[in-house]
Order: sequence, then C-alpha cells, then structure tokens
Amino acid sequence: MRRPHCVAVVLTALVIAACAPGSGSAGSDAGTPDGAGEINTDPASLGEVTLTVWDQEVRGGQDAQIEALNSAFQDEYPNITIERVSRSFEDLQATLRLAITDDEPPDVVQANNGRADMGAFVQAGLLTNLDPYRAAYAWPDRFPTSILSYSSYTEDGVTFGEGSLWGLPQMGEVVGFYYNKALLAQLGIDAPVTWDDLDAALAAAKAAGQLPLQFGNLEAWPGIHLFGAVQSRYTPADQIRDLGFGRPGAEWTTEENLQAAQTLVDWVDAGYVTPEFNGITPDDAWQAFARGEGVFMLGGTWLLADLMDAMGDDVGFTVLIAPGTDMPVATGGTSLPFAVTDATEDADAAAAYIDYITSSDAMKIVTEKGNLPVVEASEQQVSASLQGEAFAAWDAVTGSDGLLPYLDYATPNSYDLLTAQVQALMAGETEPSEFLEQLQAEYESFVGG
Amino acid sequence: MSAAEAQTATSAAAADRSARRERRGAPPGEPRRVGYVYVAPALVIYAVFLLFPLVRAVQISFYKWDGLTLGSWVGLRNYADILADPALRAAFGHAAVLVVFFALIPTAVGLVLASVVARARVRGLTFFRTVIFLPQVVAMVVVAVTWRQIYAPDGPINDVLRFVGLGDLARGWLGDFDLALPAVGMVGTWVSIGLCFILFLAGTGKIPRELYEAARIDGAGPIREFVSVTLPAVRNEIVVALTLTVIAALRTFDLVYVTTGGGPGNATTVPSYEVYRRAFELGAVGSAAAIGVTLTAIILLLNLVIARIGEQP
Repeated sequence: MRRPHCVAVVLTALVIAACAPGSGSAGSDAGTPDGAGEINTDPASLGEVTLTVWDQEVRGGQDAQIEALNSAFQDEYPNITIERVSRSFEDLQATLRLAITDDEPPDVVQANNGRADMGAFVQAGLLTNLDPYRAAYAWPDRFPTSILSYSSYTEDGVTFGEGSLWGLPQMGEVVGFYYNKALLAQLGIDAPVTWDDLDAALAAAKAAGQLPLQFGNLEAWPGIHLFGAVQSRYTPADQIRDLGFGRPGAEWTTEENLQAAQTLVDWVDAGYVTPEFNGITPDDAWQAFARGEGVFMLGGTWLLADLMDAMGDDVGFTVLIAPGTDMPVATGGTSLPFAVTDATEDADAAAAYIDYITSSDAMKIVTEKGNLPVVEASEQQVSASLQGEAFAAWDAVTGSDGLLPYLDYATPNSYDLLTAQVQALMAGETEPSEFLEQLQAEYESFVGG
Repeated sequence: MSAAEAQTATSAAAADRSARRERRGAPPGEPRRVGYVYVAPALVIYAVFLLFPLVRAVQISFYKWDGLTLGSWVGLRNYADILADPALRAAFGHAAVLVVFFALIPTAVGLVLASVVARARVRGLTFFRTVIFLPQVVAMVVVAVTWRQIYAPDGPINDVLRFVGLGDLARGWLGDFDLALPAVGMVGTWVSIGLCFILFLAGTGKIPRELYEAARIDGAGPIREFVSVTLPAVRNEIVVALTLTVIAALRTFDLVYVTTGGGPGNATTVPSYEVYRRAFELGAVGSAAAIGVTLTAIILLLNLVIARIGEQP
C-alpha cells in the first residue's frame, strides 16, 4: 500500500500549492471603469436582452408586487426578458457569494445593505457603481438622502452610508410601537406621542395589572430593536448614525448610552416586559400581543399585514418624538436594495429595470399588494387605519431625516455581539457599563483598524 | 526457523515464482489489478464529492479568505485563533457537554432498558420498540421546533411544574443562561435513546437464553448477569451506538440553529454553528474551514478511541 499513499501526498501538495482561493473569481477584473462611458436610459433601444434577477421577495405581498412589476416591465419592453430566480432570505444569503463570484453571475441581485454583504461586494469590485444612473434617472429627486445612504458606500467599500450608490430599494421598514387600542381606552390613555407619554402609559398599564410591553427575544434580534429604540430617546441621532454605520467619531461608552442600557434593565426590574422574554420566540410574542396580552409591542412594519389580519382596527402604530426636538426618530431601513453586478454585459437594461420597479407607478403596485413603499408613502390610497398610521410614521421619520440605521450594520461582527449582549444585559448577566464596554471594544477595533 | 520466518521465506519465494508465472498460481479472491476497475465508479464519486472538498477545505483553512476576493496565505493562524478565541473554545466545550447528553446518557439508559427487556418477556414489545425509535425517524428540524414549544414559558413542561405545585421551577428553559445548554442536550438524549435501545435489543437478542439460565444457576443476581453476560455480548453494538451518537453530538447544527440560535448570549453555540456563521454571515471562510477541519479531526480521533475500546477483550 505504499504507492497510493505517495499519490495522495503528492496530490495534496499539488492542490495546496495550486492557486489561492478566490483567484479565479469574477472579481479579479475589478477596477475597470464601469459606467464611465455612455449610458443608455431607453430600454426599448437595447435590442434583445435577457436579465437574470435574483431576489428574495418570496412572501405573499412581496412576491405579488414583484411578479406584477416584472410582467408589466416585459409588456412595456418586449425586447427584454426577465429570468427571475427567487429564494428565501437565508437561501439568498448563503448562495449569493458563490453566485456573484461565478464566471457568469446574475445581472441584478438583491444584496443585503450591511458590510458583510453589499460592503464586501463593493470592496471586491463585484457591483456596478450606479452613480451615472442616479444622475440620469434623477433618483435623488424622489429618494431622500437618508434612504439612499443605506445603499451607499465609498468606492473602496470601507465607509458605509456615504459615497457612491450601489443599489436601490423598493420598500421601507421602520420599527415603532404597536399599541392595543382597546386596552389603552380601558386605561383612559391616548396613544403616546413622546417618550414621557410612553413612560406614563407603561406605568399605568402595570398598575392596572396589564402586561405593559410584549417582548419575545429567543431569536435575539428583537433585542437590537428594543435597545435601538430606547437609545434614540437619549443619544443624539447623528451619534447613533456614526455608531450604526460603523464610522469613526462616536463612542458607545457615553452617559446617554448608559442611560439607555439602564432603562432596559429598569424595565425588566419593574416588570414592564414579558417575563422569561429570552425564552419566547418573536412569533409567539406578536401572536400573544394580537390576543390582547400586552398594551404595547415594539415591532417593525413587516408585522403590519399579520397584525391587521389578527386585530383589525384594534391596533395602532406610532413612532415617538425624541426629547428636545419635535421630530420622530426611529430605527428603520429599507428592503434589500437591488444592485447590478459588475460582470453583467447589460448594465443599461439592469439599471432601467431597477428604475422601473422603484418608479412612482411601481410604488402604487407595492402599496396595492400590502407593502410599505420606500418613497411617496403619503401619496398612496390606503383603507386600513393601521396601514395609514404606519405610512404616516414612515413619511414623518424619513421626511425629517429621523431614520436611524440598524445597529448591527456597524461591523460584520455586530449582529452576533449585540444580540448576545442585549440578551445578557436584560437577563442581568451583564452590567450596563460592561455591556457598553464590549460594544465599544468592537467598535474601536473596527474603526481604528 | 520459527513458523513465522518459515512463512515469510515461502511467501517470498512464492512471490518470485508468481511474478514469472504471471499470477497464474494466485489463489482465487486474492486482489488483482482488475479490482480497481470495479471500484473505479464509486472511487471517482467519492473523490469528487468527498476527498476533493476535504482537501480543498484544508487548503482554504490556511488562507484568510472572504469568499469574494483573492485570499492571502496565513499559514496556521486560523488554527491558532481557534485556541486563542475564548468564544470558540467555549463552542467546543459546549460540544463536549452535548456528547454527554447525546451519547453517554442514551447509551447507559439504552443498555439498562435493553437488559431489562432481555431478561423478561415484555408484552407489546413491537409497539414499545416503535415508539422509542420514533424520534430517530422524525427530521431534526421538526424535533427542534416541537421542543422549542415544549420548553416555552407557557409550554407543557412549565404547565406540569405549575400543576404539581413546583411553579417556582417554571422558566423559559431555552432563555436561561445556565439551563439552555442542558435543555438542548436533553432533546439529543430523547432522540438518541431510541437508536441505542434498538441496537442493544438486537445485540441482546443474540444471547442464548441458556447463558442467562446458567448464570442464574450459578447464583448470579441481575447486576452480575448484566455485567458478565449482557455487557460482553453487546460490545460491538456499544461501539456502533457510541460512534453514531458521538458524531451526531459533535456535528449538531440544526437543533441549535432552530431552538436557540446559539443564545442566550453565547451559551449554546457549537462548532458547526460557528462554521455556518463565519462562512455565510461573516465572510470569514478561512476561519470557518479551519473550525470544520478541526472538528473533523476531533471526530476522527474520538472514533478511533471508541473503536479501540471495542477491540479490547
């Protein structure tokens, strides 16, 4: 058995000595000045084109709107064929890296905003810079800066939230307080507008024997949202933006952030949040809220449809005004932006497609299918009161530039760190100061290095 | 000339002769070159889908690679990081705890159950066998979703505790920093017991009743009977059971992913989960490969040890 052994050793050595991983990828031709030449904004003149589009709009209303827009686009421009590949968010997350480095990647992909995805793709030169199209299609006329910043990176992919544009989203999402109208009426309280109002309402609910705040954190991401909301009460918006986008110049270990962390602990101690919240799934939490367990629940607009179905007109949605200002501030973001790959030969058609599915007409279809359009929300006709409240909240937050990034955007490791740390903080395993020091260490090692 | 030396000499001479006679005298069943042709199809598939990815993973583990751009050679740094990173060490520690719950406890319980059944005729044995084996048949994701509900703060376990007046013990099991890992481990115990029980039952089934009768006549009690008759007879089954369950424990991914996602805090992260997280969420493919290779090596090593235990008389 000597010979095969040698063969194996030689083979192993050969493979290890062979090309480094990633050397054959499409990204190696990065640096070619894409979009520097002429661009064409008339899709009808582009000849026969097939666009392969990878999206993750697989849920009910999201799937309906993209299907409607795809067929409308192909009807209007019969020379362009859309080949849609739809995957769930997790599946897209897991396969996009392989697909986008393939020799023939898809033309249009939905890339998650954060550094681990869009940031890494920009850094690797795998996406087309959309700046020429931004000007040609006059996107900034319709999209506020705070929205565009979620799809903006500097060309080197290092700075998030500014620089060139790499994608465009269709839908918005904002995290606010859902409230049970019937329970609030029983307590004789109006829907809160400011944080002080919320304090009073939480205390009144507790005194009346109700559960003030429904919260389920088994999957750990709701913790980021709850901390983000409370943080927006104390910490100035521009500081949160620097922290959230992972830009230098801010600090976690401030008095304001300490107040925010302490507030979460106080809420747990006062019995404001659901007992054993770390053992309750977020789905169970909103279902309990829909059954009337809990006066308030912090949640994103992605719950609109489900809560409307379950509670009808009994549920309201609000974002709170930051103290010392008159504008509402809230954590939120956009749906995954559609981006154009660098290797595509049909960048013009791809950009035209993205412009089409984010146009004013498209926003109407997005609304019709039950989603929150990323822009022009207040111009849409909606029948249900909850949808109207959410649209108004979104418009107020984005209109006053009060939209704050999800804190886990900051660094590739932030999501895991924050989720674990908020669970520990609220379970009393970590002191508030210790909690902030952990976040500060991660932030420093990222912006410093 | 000892027997062994004589044999070596003859066989060497025989080899000489057979070389001249072109294997004509080789006994039937002796390996010949044509054998490689028979195994080639399987070997090719094995090489393409198993050996090549394995070698490639080892290769990647020596690089710092984000899965997108050109990787850079870092030598053994990824492996050094595994040792240096307390979070990763904790993940391997959690896997060790899971081995107790997935492998050791089920093997012990399975042995006791099987020996009890072997001693006495049990009515409706087929029924019990099916019921106990059932968790093995159900997909792990389904098991995990179900147990997540069982462990919920208002789930059945807590309901029972409150009903019997132990309401103080009721809690969100998967959200408790100290109890989440044992809670996840208990699910593994529940799943593995069936496999162990069935294996040991098959093993004890082979033992002739006369052996037990003889032991009883010699005055052996139930425990002596177990140690002297049952245990030696099912040695091979124990090796198989331990091999399968230890592998299941160390590569646990779906159970953790669905029930706790590694939480609360990092109380239930395991190496496989770290591989997934690093490769697909953080874009640290080199580090993920290093963890994967380390895990593979540990599994291999443990199985060698288990096999060795099985060999000893």
